Amino acid sequence: MSTYWRTFKTAAWLGWEMDSNWTEPWLFVLYSVIKPVAGAFILVLMYIVFVAIGRPQGDPDAFSYMYVGNSFFIFVASVLFGTFQVIQSDREWYQTIRYVYISPISYYVYILGRAASKIAVSVFAVAITLVFGVMFLGVRLHLALTDVPLFLVSTALGLSVLLAIGICLGGISFLTAKHTHGLAEGIPGLFYVFCGVLFPLSVLPNWGQAVGRAIPLTYWFDITRRLLTEGSTVNTTLGGYDAPTILLFLVVSSVGFFGLSVLIYKIGEYFARKAGKIDMTTSY
Amino acid sequence: MSYAVETRDLTRVFSGKKKRWWRRKPTPDEEESLGPVTALDGVSLQIREGELFGLLGPNGAGKTTLIKILATLLLPTSGQALVAGHDVTKDPFPIRQRINMVSGGETSGYGLLTARENIWMFSQFYGVPSKVSKARIDELMHIFGLWDKRDAKVRMLSTGQRQKMNMIRGFVTGPDILFLDEPTLGLDVNAARVIREYVMNWVRGQAGKTVLLTSHYMAEADQMCDRIAIIDKGRILACDTPANLKRMIRTETTFQLEVDTIRDTTSFMGLQGVKNFSHKDDISKNRSHLTFILEDEGPVAEILSSITSQGAKVHSLQKSEPTLEDVFISMVGRGLD
Repeated sequence: MSTYWRTFKTAAWLGWEMDSNWTEPWLFVLYSVIKPVAGAFILVLMYIVFVAIGRPQGDPDAFSYMYVGNSFFIFVASVLFGTFQVIQSDREWYQTIRYVYISPISYYVYILGRAASKIAVSVFAVAITLVFGVMFLGVRLHLALTDVPLFLVSTALGLSVLLAIGICLGGISFLTAKHTHGLAEGIPGLFYVFCGVLFPLSVLPNWGQAVGRAIPLTYWFDITRRLLTEGSTVNTTLGGYDAPTILLFLVVSSVGFFGLSVLIYKIGEYFARKAGKIDMTTSY
Repeated sequence: MSYAVETRDLTRVFSGKKKRWWRRKPTPDEEESLGPVTALDGVSLQIREGELFGLLGPNGAGKTTLIKILATLLLPTSGQALVAGHDVTKDPFPIRQRINMVSGGETSGYGLLTARENIWMFSQFYGVPSKVSKARIDELMHIFGLWDKRDAKVRMLSTGQRQKMNMIRGFVTGPDILFLDEPTLGLDVNAARVIREYVMNWVRGQAGKTVLLTSHYMAEADQMCDRIAIIDKGRILACDTPANLKRMIRTETTFQLEVDTIRDTTSFMGLQGVKNFSHKDDISKNRSHLTFILEDEGPVAEILSSITSQGAKVHSLQKSEPTLEDVFISMVGRGLD
């Protein structure tokens, strides 16, 4: 256990240094505030376009729906790209992977540790985005005190699922060259479409809804919105289930995804070691 | 006898580029170069605990492949490799607790961290207490001449400085078995000398420390290693002490002397053990250059005595022995480069 904790702690420290140590501390703080705020303005622009196309009178519920979804999507993009990039960057840029890999650690835990700093940075970005939305854009948020434990549990589960998916991508990236970083951008793109981030599942065709329901992130986004934007009129197709049931879906799918992530990671690692790809540099 | 490293009939074949329908048909020449490559071909070695063992061979001989397998980075195609008694394929974790590896000519490191932070971070992966690690890092930075750069970001370090940093990374974790892959490649003469001396002292000054060193610098391997295996095209051609390897091709010993000009040289040929003798006078310097071919070193004392009895002074005495390069050439039929 101490090996796992030590690995996680050191990897998280390394991740944090790499995420935050590229500039002066004041500039990093400024960047951390401006980046999510700039992202919020993009959302406003998207909303204006939607309103212009469909509902000239506007729809505050729809805006809150897409705003909250996009805020929490910051986690998805950041954690998935972060975990996928651990292997690629250690292998191709820093060329340290062989030394990390042969050290007496769990490389799996190492990836989780590196991802932890991404989560920390993302928590800040998500919070800034939400606060900015409430203060300046009229986003309607309300989190009842009694719902806080449920919110924390669902957020933890959602992040766990993200890490699991990230580890899967890590296992795949053991076998791929660095130009495949598009994978780490394409997968979140699929989640953006099918998990009810920007628009509810109800606007998708039946097969699209089925895909969405098979991905645990859909339940995470749904329960998060239920807790933060109570009383929304947006039809998510999951309205028939109460919050504990949605949470149960999230738990079950999270456990499944974690098992799958270990399996895919182990397979990827085995074949990479067999093919001599652990420390390959492709230099494209 | 406990071995730090043992390989039995170890083979590693890298599969060639697979034929795909979308790739154009390769020419016969290309076909050959795209085919499978046998990097290791039935390598059997035993490296004893406490040994500084050298693996000498040209580029592409299979040295790095062998080290990668032993360091648990790569799986063998067939055969068995044991490190510290554990199988590299089935049981890599206990091996990793006892090894480390440094590759020369590499510029690896996290550019945003300082040299010290980089090394410290790796020491944490090995469970070295932070205080102990920092003390070791400081000591090693002084030894390797990196102290002035301890707080410099890695991206600001020169190639040589990064290499020194990586050497420190290898030692700071206190491994029992250290794999050094061309550790002095690209280093200046002084830095290479410091590293060679440190490695030799590290192995010989502590019980149970083992180093497997690959090099294509003959003199380096000769100077440092207790035993050397000569490898070419994935096969071990010979494995012995440097002296024994050289003895394999040595049939006679050559001595060269520079002395004051001497007149009587006839007595030398009568000495027992002198197989041949030649001399050349340098009148301008009033010196004679003598070359003796001897069966062994036995007659040297008598030769010196004969020279000094004529009132001549010996200015230099040099024994010419076969080098490892000669051994390599005699076995492989070509030099290392």
